Amino acid sequence: MTRVVPRPVPTADNAPFYDAARRGELRFQRCADCGTFRHYPRPVCSRCLSRRFSWERVSGRGEVYTWTIVRGPTLPAFEKELPYAVIDVLLEEGVHFVSRLVDDPPDEIRAGMPVEVVFEKLDDEITLVKFRRRR
Amino acid sequence: MSVPTIRDKAAVVGIGQTRFARSLGQSETEMAVEAIWNACDDAGISPRDIDGLVRYDIEQTDEEQMCELLGGPSIGYFVGTPFGGGGSASVLAVAASAIAAGMARHVLVYRSRARGKSSSYGRGRDQGGRYWEKLGTDLSGLNQWHVPQGLVSAFQEMAMISQRHRIEYGTTDDQYADVAIAFRQHAMRNPAAVMRTPMTREDHHASRMIADPLRLYDCNIETDGAVALLVTSLERARDLRRPPAVIRAGAMAAGSHHIRLSNLFARDPNAESAPRVARALFAMGDCAPADVDVAFFYDFFTSMVILALEQYGFAPRGEGGPFVENGGLAWPDGRLVCNTNGGQLSEAFIHGLNNTVEAVRQIRGTSTSQVDGCRLAFVAGANTDPTGAVLLASDR
Repeated sequence: MTRVVPRPVPTADNAPFYDAARRGELRFQRCADCGTFRHYPRPVCSRCLSRRFSWERVSGRGEVYTWTIVRGPTLPAFEKELPYAVIDVLLEEGVHFVSRLVDDPPDEIRAGMPVEVVFEKLDDEITLVKFRRRR
Repeated sequence: MSVPTIRDKAAVVGIGQTRFARSLGQSETEMAVEAIWNACDDAGISPRDIDGLVRYDIEQTDEEQMCELLGGPSIGYFVGTPFGGGGSASVLAVAASAIAAGMARHVLVYRSRARGKSSSYGRGRDQGGRYWEKLGTDLSGLNQWHVPQGLVSAFQEMAMISQRHRIEYGTTDDQYADVAIAFRQHAMRNPAAVMRTPMTREDHHASRMIADPLRLYDCNIETDGAVALLVTSLERARDLRRPPAVIRAGAMAAGSHHIRLSNLFARDPNAESAPRVARALFAMGDCAPADVDVAFFYDFFTSMVILALEQYGFAPRGEGGPFVENGGLAWPDGRLVCNTNGGQLSEAFIHGLNNTVEAVRQIRGTSTSQVDGCRLAFVAGANTDPTGAVLLASDR
């Protein structure tokens, strides 16, 4: 049986995020008036209500804000990876991004642990944004 | 000119439920009808008298079908509250609004759920069983940000939120156990509860870790069942057979949702839905958390009860953990007796509405863990959703 992985379907609001990830870049919307970065993608800045924004490349560096170690049950697509660590990364630019910690044993996660972005190609359209420990 | 308010305008006059079980082998429609009939019998009104419907927007039986099930086309007012458990108390606030505005005379509120692990009313995502096993593989909504990373269900999202509370405040496994054990003790006195075997601290700690820091015994149970409530004006309620559970106050607030964690973690905690609901609710009720005799939190996870105590103003921020220690939530002598039916951790998982039915029993004086002289009950929806809460009070 083939392993069916749930995949994002880009929309008009968020396609630039996925286009960037496919090129190996992490980009978020940034307000052109007050400079605040934001995620999830939306056409207005919640801080100043400006509708002017750009998709700006960010450092890809951040720290673990919180996490869970998924031990199951989970979807069949992820069962072979159990246990795995899902993390919320607070990026240097101030946005939160929910992702997966790769490479390191989940039990070594600590709050504030420095991480950096890595890109994992899922298919021709979608590249997932994940993170690894930054040493 | 008086300020428009729903305060003391409406009351719950009928409650009904099905059996609760891991699996009942019935459709959600069948269970709904049984609970509704029981509520009508309790109130002493006919299903044909129901002219208003306020339900969770994910209820599977629609208004057209309800006309048939209630024996005639009498329904004039019908709305749904969103966000599942987030709307579990809002339904009563909306029902009271309809009564206060003269939009309906007898409003039916119910929830029917085939939510047992192996139960399913249909293949649709909201038709029973585990919703997250039916998410599909092409995700265009907000699930696209988490599910492909392996964060697939509410219990994992709540684990992330719970972990952050531990990071900030040092919340412990023992405090989680204190919540689970108190509610289990309540369930052991409640013949309708699904989980009635004793639970010790060791049992709690030995239960399987499913998503750190949450163990199996930190999670609500997965059950089938339905509950229903009938709401009418306080004036009419006084002519009916049961002591009215007066809707003293109700409030709703939109805010973060546990599926949208990047927003939730970015926002000011004091501006979130639950603290805003608490401020509006106690202002309308002209009272304070200290006046509450019994409280019902949306106990989908032990850790969320601890957080809710803080968000709704029963404990200072960061002190929800110590608050639950030493039987803090347990009948009869806890600091704040909570979820006396056993809650969703031990009675049944009817999306919070079984807790509301128990709150009505407390006001009537008929709970199996009855709080002496209970005059004011607090009922809250899920605290990490756009949510709502109500205060139920005895009449006079």
